[in-house]
Amino acid sequence: MEVRTSANDRALTVTLRGELDHHAARETVTALERALDAALPRKLILDFGGVTFMDSSGIAVVMRAFRRMTALGGSLELCNVPPQAGRVFDAAGIFSRIPTGRT
Amino acid sequence: MKVRPNNYIAVEFMSRSANEGFARTAVAAFAAQLDPTLDELGDIRTAVSEAVTNAIVHAYPDSLGKISLRASVFDGNVLEIVVRDWGRGIENVEKAREPLYTTGGEDRSGMGFTIMESFMDSLCVRSRLGKGTVVTMKRRIAQRAGRK
Repeated sequence: MEVRTSANDRALTVTLRGELDHHAARETVTALERALDAALPRKLILDFGGVTFMDSSGIAVVMRAFRRMTALGGSLELCNVPPQAGRVFDAAGIFSRIPTGRT
Repeated sequence: MKVRPNNYIAVEFMSRSANEGFARTAVAAFAAQLDPTLDELGDIRTAVSEAVTNAIVHAYPDSLGKISLRASVFDGNVLEIVVRDWGRGIENVEKAREPLYTTGGEDRSGMGFTIMESFMDSLCVRSRLGKGTVVTMKRRIAQRAGRK
């Protein structure tokens, strides 16, 4: 899993690339939290465009990011969610709590 | 009487998280003979990933153990997947299957069984404390017009 971050004007974009499973989840969370601690953003955008596979481990990663952003008084948005990951989020009812760029 | 499959594969691997990707990819490659759609294939990969991850995280929390994976094709385009471990077992299967229930802490979402259930046609979990767990899932792959 490759995690890239770019921050501007208190918005942090984290771009994920690769397979987000239990094996990759821990390093992903570590990289994500490090970026959040450094940027303390008002808004976090998680870009799933490069995620080629995701299981429920990804839900735990997103929920963790959601809790961190709530604690910071900021917001979380998911974007470019591919169909496979979207079905996993749907099954978990995540889209009712976190906005996505999905139409 | 036990119905014999038309085809099957069986693999055995150590409960290392690096094998999660191998397991779901192996089943997806085997399932390709049923000519699934991308969505169907995605659902199967996800369900296998959940079952195998459960075995790695919960069956062998402090040790490495053996996991076996069997995928079979039955009449009617039915794919059956069996994931078995010889780990510590699940104390209360009914509780473990509830959405959001987890003993895995913040790293786990507690949605594994919910996803297996919603992505597959059937899910059966048999477990004995100290003996291990067997997860059996089935999914019928629709035969589409214009395909063999």
